[in-house]
Amino acid sequence: MVPLSWYLIVAAALFCLGLYGVLARRNSVAILMGIELMLNAVILNLVAFWRYLEPARMSGQVFAVMVFAVAAAEAAVGLALIISLYRLKRTVVADEADLLRG
Amino acid sequence: MVNLGNFFYTLGMWLQGLLMRAGLSESGARGVFSALVAALLPLLALLTAVPLIWLERKWIARLQDRMGPNRVGPFGLLQVFADMIKIFTKEDITPLGADRVVFALAPVLAVAGVLGLWAVIPFAANAFGVDLNVGVLYLVAVGTLSTLAIMLAGWSANNKYALLGAFRTVAQMISYEVPLVLSLLVPVLLSGSLGLNGIVGAQREVWFVFSAPLAALLFLIASQAEVSRAPFDLLEAESEIVAGFNIEYSGMKFGFFFVGEFLHSFTMGLLGATLFLGGWTGPGVEAFPALGAVYLILKGTFVYFIFVWARATFPRIRIDQMLDFNWKLLTPLGLFLIPLLAVVNRGLSESSLWLRNAALLGANVLLAVLVLIILGMRGRSARMRAASTVAPAPAGSRR
Amino acid sequence: MTIAQVIFAVISAVVLVSAVLVVASRNIVHAALWLILSLFGVAALFAVLEAGFIAVVQVVIYVGAIATLIIFAIMLTRREMREAGQQTHRWWPLPALLGMALFAGLAWLLVSLPGTGATPPALAGDDPVLLLGQALLSPEQYMLPFEVASVLLLAALVGAIVVAGDTR
Repeated sequence: MVPLSWYLIVAAALFCLGLYGVLARRNSVAILMGIELMLNAVILNLVAFWRYLEPARMSGQVFAVMVFAVAAAEAAVGLALIISLYRLKRTVVADEADLLRG
Repeated sequence: MVNLGNFFYTLGMWLQGLLMRAGLSESGARGVFSALVAALLPLLALLTAVPLIWLERKWIARLQDRMGPNRVGPFGLLQVFADMIKIFTKEDITPLGADRVVFALAPVLAVAGVLGLWAVIPFAANAFGVDLNVGVLYLVAVGTLSTLAIMLAGWSANNKYALLGAFRTVAQMISYEVPLVLSLLVPVLLSGSLGLNGIVGAQREVWFVFSAPLAALLFLIASQAEVSRAPFDLLEAESEIVAGFNIEYSGMKFGFFFVGEFLHSFTMGLLGATLFLGGWTGPGVEAFPALGAVYLILKGTFVYFIFVWARATFPRIRIDQMLDFNWKLLTPLGLFLIPLLAVVNRGLSESSLWLRNAALLGANVLLAVLVLIILGMRGRSARMRAASTVAPAPAGSRR
Repeated sequence: MTIAQVIFAVISAVVLVSAVLVVASRNIVHAALWLILSLFGVAALFAVLEAGFIAVVQVVIYVGAIATLIIFAIMLTRREMREAGQQTHRWWPLPALLGMALFAGLAWLLVSLPGTGATPPALAGDDPVLLLGQALLSPEQYMLPFEVASVLLLAALVGAIVVAGDTR
């Protein structure tokens, strides 16, 4: 069978890729995609821990469902912000949203 | 006791035995058998599209007092094959500036999204691709694929009209997914099972269309919109946006969308039959389980005929009417229906089957009457307003 | 390697390669498509982990809703997206280095951690979907967080409409 550490390593790789995406991309939609990757890595970890350590109790899956809810909320609000920003500044590049810089 | 009539199960066991005698291990035989089913089921599904297209064209023609196809072969039966030859030999055009990979991927996804649904439909007592314990959710998940396909088709073609069609798709399919899911939840609620087999099993005595007719109606309307056929075909409204998302497609790629649409409609009919009309249950099924497949196909074709009937009868609705109808009528109706049925079902869970179902039916009728009264009041006030100003009737005054 | 390990390796390769393409593609719609494939792969991993409900919900929510939202946002803000241009800012090696360092650290930690090589215990006889439903809705377990999550979703819905809606 597949050992638990393999899942954790895949999740860690996914998380790091998402982190790179969030920090390096200029396009705010792409940044949002990076966040989705990171959240998925977290869910993968939660489900893997549930399966390997506590299959009798559903805490792992319950927290995965909670992360889903938070991710959906985050995506909705994030994309609403991006669309609003685009209306205001005609750009979705995060660096160009510098209204507060004066 | 040997269940001789258990045709599909016996057939499967016999095939696996044959493979094992041919020198495969047990798990190997099961693997080969699963692969065989996985290959045959989509093939079967695609083949049903051939008689289906003929049937629908004839049926629509009769509804509109026409003859329908009658030139190629007896009763025009070979018309579909003639069309197929035409579509196969057409030039396959990819427009300039199109995103080639995505453009080619979209038709495949459109058909895959439909074929995926066939995996969980129980055709008879022991004949199904797989009995998922989350079958109903799986239906919703696979359904999102066809939305994605249409969106990609619209985007990749590098054409304004295609993109407009794609926008309308997003608006329509995502909105109508809400009442669709709400209506799917009702059989889940009444049967206490998320799997399609469990839902069929719970309808041995009473079909859910009798205990929850409003949910069946919701399913009918929402799935018609999900398949996006008339009156919900505004994503390919010929008179407004030429042909919508598939404007740039030709040849076999267009054929994929075409077949996918017909098949999707029929698959929705099968699902409606499974969820609300008792699926494969019927008289004599215990003795001859193979009869179940016949019952399911008959019931599915009946639901499909209702879809086609609606398609032939109603004019296309406007986009604002489409959204109003969903968000101001169907979704609230579904949201009220589920708690109401849950309370009735739970409150009478100890009483007899017939009393419980009669109460469920009564609750449905009550809600329907309430909705009709409210709609009537709203319609009257809208008419009054329209009469006092010269403006056209505001949206939402349909009915 | 056993069959299970091969399946795991193939799915993980799909997930990771498409995740790399998500953060590397210049065309933002392609990035969204790769994101869908990657999340689909994660759903397959959930299925391998025998969490069927989570797998299907992953497809419904991520592949269906969120990916659709993202593609929709891309289409609405289209002008910017078509010309490829520079997709990363000029300090991009810094986050790349950070990501690799973090991954190296985590991988080292995970490999050396005791007890992570174990095979999973068998699932209990009960239907996991049933157990999950009971866990989510029974007051002594997770009913309060569940309700709070639904309030959060409602708030996000209202907030998104207020932020993105036309303020005419």
